[in-house]
Formats: sequence, C-alpha cells, structure tokens
Amino acid sequence: MSNEIRIRTERERNWREFFFQWEWILVGVLLLVVIINSSISPYFLNFNTFIRTPATFLDKGFIVLPMMFVLILAKIDISVGSTVALSAVIMAVSYNAGLPMPLAMLLCLVVAGLGGAINGWLLIKFKELSFVIVTLSTMIIYRGIAYIILGDQASGGFPDWFSFLGWGEIFGVPFILICFVLVAIAFGLLLHRTTFGRSVFGMGRNATACRYSGVNTDRVVWIVFMLNGLMAGVTALFLTSRMGSTRPNVAMGYELEVIAMVALGGVSTNGGIGRVGGPLLAVFIIGFLSYGMGLANLQAPIVLVVIGTLLIVSVLVHRIRFQSKKKNSAV
Amino acid sequence: MSEAPILELNGISKFFPGVRALEDVKFDLRPGEIHGLMGENGAGKSTFIKIITGVHSPDAGEIRIDGNAVTFRNPMEAQRLGVAAIYQHVTSYPDLTVAENIFMGHEKTTSVVRRINWREMHEEAQVFLDQLGANFTSRDRMGSLSVARQQIVEIAKALSTNARIIIMDEPTAALTQHESEELYRITEGLRESGVSVIFISHRMEDIWRLADRVTVFRDGHYIGTWGADEIDQERLIVAMVGREISQMYPKRSVTIGDELLSVEHLTRIGFFRDVSFNVRAGEIVALTGLVGAGRTEVCESIYGVYPADSGTVRLNGEEISPRSPMEALELGIGHLPEDRQLQGLILEWEIGRNITLPSLSHYSNNGWLDEAQETEVAARLAEKLTVKAPSVFTLASALSGGNQQKVVVAKLLSRSLKLIILDEPTKGVDVAAKAAICEIIGDLAEQGYGIILVSSEMPEVLGMSDRIVVMKEGHVTAHLVTSETSQEEILNAAMVVKTPATATPEGGAE
Repeated sequence: MSNEIRIRTERERNWREFFFQWEWILVGVLLLVVIINSSISPYFLNFNTFIRTPATFLDKGFIVLPMMFVLILAKIDISVGSTVALSAVIMAVSYNAGLPMPLAMLLCLVVAGLGGAINGWLLIKFKELSFVIVTLSTMIIYRGIAYIILGDQASGGFPDWFSFLGWGEIFGVPFILICFVLVAIAFGLLLHRTTFGRSVFGMGRNATACRYSGVNTDRVVWIVFMLNGLMAGVTALFLTSRMGSTRPNVAMGYELEVIAMVALGGVSTNGGIGRVGGPLLAVFIIGFLSYGMGLANLQAPIVLVVIGTLLIVSVLVHRIRFQSKKKNSAV
Repeated sequence: MSEAPILELNGISKFFPGVRALEDVKFDLRPGEIHGLMGENGAGKSTFIKIITGVHSPDAGEIRIDGNAVTFRNPMEAQRLGVAAIYQHVTSYPDLTVAENIFMGHEKTTSVVRRINWREMHEEAQVFLDQLGANFTSRDRMGSLSVARQQIVEIAKALSTNARIIIMDEPTAALTQHESEELYRITEGLRESGVSVIFISHRMEDIWRLADRVTVFRDGHYIGTWGADEIDQERLIVAMVGREISQMYPKRSVTIGDELLSVEHLTRIGFFRDVSFNVRAGEIVALTGLVGAGRTEVCESIYGVYPADSGTVRLNGEEISPRSPMEALELGIGHLPEDRQLQGLILEWEIGRNITLPSLSHYSNNGWLDEAQETEVAARLAEKLTVKAPSVFTLASALSGGNQQKVVVAKLLSRSLKLIILDEPTKGVDVAAKAAICEIIGDLAEQGYGIILVSSEMPEVLGMSDRIVVMKEGHVTAHLVTSETSQEEILNAAMVVKTPATATPEGGAE
C-alpha cells in the first residue's frame, strides 16, 4: 500500500496511572484493618498469631479465584455454597460407608467439578436460560440432595491425618495458606498470561464479537463453571478437615461472601475488568476484619453490615475513578 | 400548484462521529400534498425524519413551518407544531385499548382533579376511527388488531394531536396488497382533508399510486425533486443509485482461478430457501438485494454462526458444514460481520488485541500467550491496512468508522484464509474510508482470495464485483455477470415492483 503508516508497539509508562489503582486503596484498607486489629489485641501482630489467622478464613478463598473468572465473564454462580455442602456430605458418607479416605477426597473433588460442569453445560445447551436462574436452581438442587443423603445430622469420624489439611503447619506456616498461595499464583497466571484468560476477558466485554472471531465461547463458559465447582470441592476438603465433621447446612451463604470479595477486589460485575491482586487482597481484608471483630466480641451480623458497606463504597469509588479516567482517555 | 409550503427545510446537515449522515439537504412540503421520499438504505432518510420530528437537531440548516423558522429541542415541541410520524414498526401498547393508545400522553381529563374522562376519550377516538373508515372500535385491545389496523390507530393518534404534517416511514412494508389499498385510500382521505403527508417507501407502486411529487436522497445528499408525472421508473432508479462508479471503484483485472466455494440448495427455514451460487478464487461475487432479503443470513450460515437446515456447501470440492465460526475459520472461511460495533470489535479493547483475537492460538506456547509476538503481528497488520492510529494500544472505540472497519479486516488477515465474506464492509463509513476499503478488497482478490461481498449499494456492487447474485425475500432472483448488467436489471430483480408484500399474502385479518 502506498502511504506509509507507522504504528507504535511500545506501551507508554504512565506513573500517574500506576499509582491510581484500586489495589493501592485495598492495600491501605488492609493495613488499616491490621492496625485496628492490633489495637484491639496486643497479640495480633505477634508473627505466630498473624501467620495463623488466615487458616480461620481461607477455606472460601479458594472459590474466590475461579469466581473472579465467572464475574469477568459477566456472569455469576450462586450455587457454590451448595456445591461445597454436597461434595462434603458425599465425601463423609462414602468414607463412612467404607471407601478409603484418599478416594473419598477424590470423590469430593469429582462431585464438585461435576456440579460446576452441569452449570456450564446447562448454560451452553439452553442459551435462553439466564445464569442466575441456572445457578439458583442448582443451588437449591445440590443443597437438597445433600439433605436427602445425610438428613439433618452430622457425619465425621475421619482419620487423624485428614485434620492436617485444615490445621497442619509446615515450618510454622499453615498448610492451607501455602496451598492458597500456590493456587492463587496458578489462577493469576491462567487469567493474565494465557490465551484462555484473554478469551475470558474478551467474552466479558463482548461475547458476540468473540464468537464471530472464532473463540470457542462454549468451551470457555464450560471450563470456567467447571473450575468454580472444582474449587468449591477444594473448599469442602479444607472446611470439613477444620470442622472435623460435616452437615448438609455447611457453607450456607458462602456464595455471597465470595462474590462480595471478588467485587470488592475491583472485578466489575459488568464483566471484562479485573486483576487477580484485587480479590486476593479482598480475601484478606474481609478475613482479617471478621477475625478482628471476633476479637472485639462484636457479633457476626455487625461484620456483615461492615462488609456490605465496604462493598457499596468500593463500587462508588470505582465509578469516580472510571469517570476521571474517561476524561483523560483522549490520549 | 405554487402555494407556500407548509414545511420547508434548507441546508440541513447532520454529522455523527465518523459519519456524515446528511449534508446540505433541502425539502419542501406543500399543504395537502403527498410527497414521496426515496433513496437507498443509508441515503439519510431516517436521519432526515428524526430531524423533522425533533429527535435529532441538525448541525446546520433551518426548518420553517408556515414560513416561520423553528427549532425543536425535543419531539414534544415538534408534535405541538403539528408534526407526527408513523413508523415502520408500530410502537404501541398491545395490552391497552385503541382509545388508550390514541390518547397516550395527551389523555382527556376532567378539569379540576385531572381524572381521566373515559367517556369523552372513547367518543372522540371513535370519531377519528369513523373518519378513517375503520371497522373496529375504540374499545378493542390494540394487540388483537392486525398490523394494518394498528397503523390506522397510529394515524388516528396523529390526527388526535392535530397533526398537519404526517410522516409515514415505509408503512406498506408489512401489509398485504388489499391492506395497502386500504392505506392508500386513507392517505388520500388525509390529503383531501388538508393534511400533508411525507411518504417513505422502497416500493415503486406506492409512489406511482399516491405521490404528487417525489424527492430522492443519496449518500446524505439531496439529488432532486420531481412531479410524479415528470419522471419514469428508470430515471428514478438512476437518481437513487447515482453514477459515480468509475472513480470510486477501479476494477482490477485479476486472473480468476478454480472454483473455491459452491453453495447448493442451501435452506434455513424462515430465513432463506434454495440458495445456490459459487465463488472462484480471485473472484468477487456480490450478494445484493434489499435489507431483509436474507443475504446476511446466508453468509452467517456459510460461516457457521447459524447452521443451515438443508443444502450443501463445498469448499475446494469437499463438503463442509461448520457448526461455529471457529470451525469455519479453521476451514479457511473468514467473515466481516454486518454490525461492526457489536459483532466485529470489542470496542473497549486496544486495536492490537482486537486484531489478534481470531488467531490467539498462533501466539501461544502450550497456552501461554507470547504478547511480544502478538503485538508485533498486530502492528504489522494494522500498518498493512493503513489503520490511522498512533499505537496498537489505542482503543478501538477511539477510531473512526472506516478505521474500525480496517481493524476488522486486519482480524481476518491474521488467519490464513481462502474465502472472505464481507457483509456491508463500507456501511457507515465516509467516502475516503470507503475508497480505501474498496482498494483493500481489490487487493485481497488479487492475492487469490475468493470474496463474497454483501452490499446494498449499487455503485459498489457494480464497481467491485465480477458476478452478482440478487436475493429477494429469501430467494435468489437473479445470477448476473457484472460486465453485462445494469443497475436497472439488478433493482428490478431486488425490488418488489408489482405486488406489495407477496411474502405475507394472509398477514392481515381482512
């Protein structure tokens, strides 16, 4: 072609934009929470206490990671709490029926992954169904099956080594924290460094354009929901290990807490926007906040009020930031 | 007839980002006149109506009603001055009665407490209906009426606002022959009672039957106004399609190769039926017809978006049936969708990411994305297509329509393809970008791609293509060789000239 056009490929580094990120605000909030906690309890900042605290709240953190993908896809999955209960109950019942514990744990993961895959499959096959209706239905169904299997009772009596998942430590660091960091790195890489992650971001922005561009959109939806179920199974393992037994009513409301963490972490519920760092920080903010309020003998409902308020503030701050960015976007 | 015009527009221009919708357009409407307005898709008729009805305000020019210059800040102000529009798709409240629909927004109320005066409303609605010769009552539910009767309600609604200027936007498009006759009679009745009507239609029949005068727009420009008895069909068509083909579309001589694609008896129920044609390597086959003729749907079936119900598609002699765009791309079929903003691009994304979206797997090592390579490829493709953007990180939404379209073409070139389907590639782009895109299309043919060019614009079809397939209402009505045909022949195959809406003979309730 005749007229020469040169298109730049170097990304401009913009320091203002670097500091103008939601994650820095989250870091600030996290520091604030830590400072408040240590003013309530002088033992909080003791390294041993500090490093052990996450073990009390990290179980649901595992679902936050795939839920981040779900929200970036501009969808929501509210069935995960029920998936935790169902997979935990099936693990407990099958162990008590004679299945060796390692196999029972594997079964837990398979059931949970299957639960998620069913959500994905329903969404692909029946495109006219909304993701809210699909996951609301499976939320009710999975919890219902858990009740049918176990009735309104507890099941436990697991081998001693199983408690290591939730309570074990390696060089003083909780095993669950190590697992969480490794899984978080894996999900972060999947989101930001792979073609799959790129497709997820694209579909959150404009799924139609992605389909026309040859992205295997059905496969992406299916995998994301399957991962969400699978990680609910991981949560079931750690939660059951920590409690020592399980009931059909465990993990009630986990889905909402998890979604709140993802949203607080700066992932847009409209899809297409989000980075792994935000939800990770949000997991620790909400976790430490709940822990600190426990230290101060505040009741659980107050924690919920605080979390809800944080969520609204986060959305508002986001909006202000977005508007100021729009003004500068003439670059 | 030299009465003072009731409505007069002069020097009207309207620009949208990247598009010049209307430029220095004029129009005048006399009292008690039916004035036909014609033009191809995209000629600016819809924008023009929106300006008269106060939906858009013009960027330049003046509107005069009864000789007084007016400006409409909103549709209500236009309505107050007696302008009403009846749209192609009736916009009514199906669960309310006819009377409620007629008086929606200006209900009859009692003076003090503003309670709705139902009796008066029904009585007055019935007067309008009787005046229009309607054979239903003001108490009928809107949703129970046929489209033709709903249109009568819309006209009654216009009369109830004391409209003196009524605009009808393709009112006969969804009517049967009999219903159209009824509408003609009503429209003539309006003329007799002194109302002026702007009648927009694609149908020659409507114009010959009704219009006193006819005005033609093309590419946002005013072309001319004629008395209906001063112009014949042939000249009217020429006025609509223009004559500037040779400069815009320099056709290159390309050696045409073997048959690449053959489509036989392709059918998708409810959209198109028994469509057959073929494309050879290096050949540009134009698929034309009116909007809604099924061209886009045929292309989407070949591309696997909505698989066909029956018929065969062969690529290089091998039968194929892609079930998704992904499979089509793997077979070597690329597609530039009709709606660039919705289907073609992720507007909030950088152009680089947009360009590489169809070929992500090329920059992956076992799934890991090689962003450096990706960026490099995107930049080369953007340069090749002369996308006017400073960097590959520029957002697609920041580009003009023409440059956005070049980005969509770059997406196609990131894959190795044999056949490229272009659905209205120059829609909504300005003249310069149009010429650039046409040059790119010529280049692609030269490189040996087979090209299906869907276009409604006659000059483009005639200037770019080797052969032309004309579709009408889901059927192929003509296979033409471009060098041996004329606009008139194409339009005669594409347009419904004799009988309105033969597709829906029993659409109404009559």
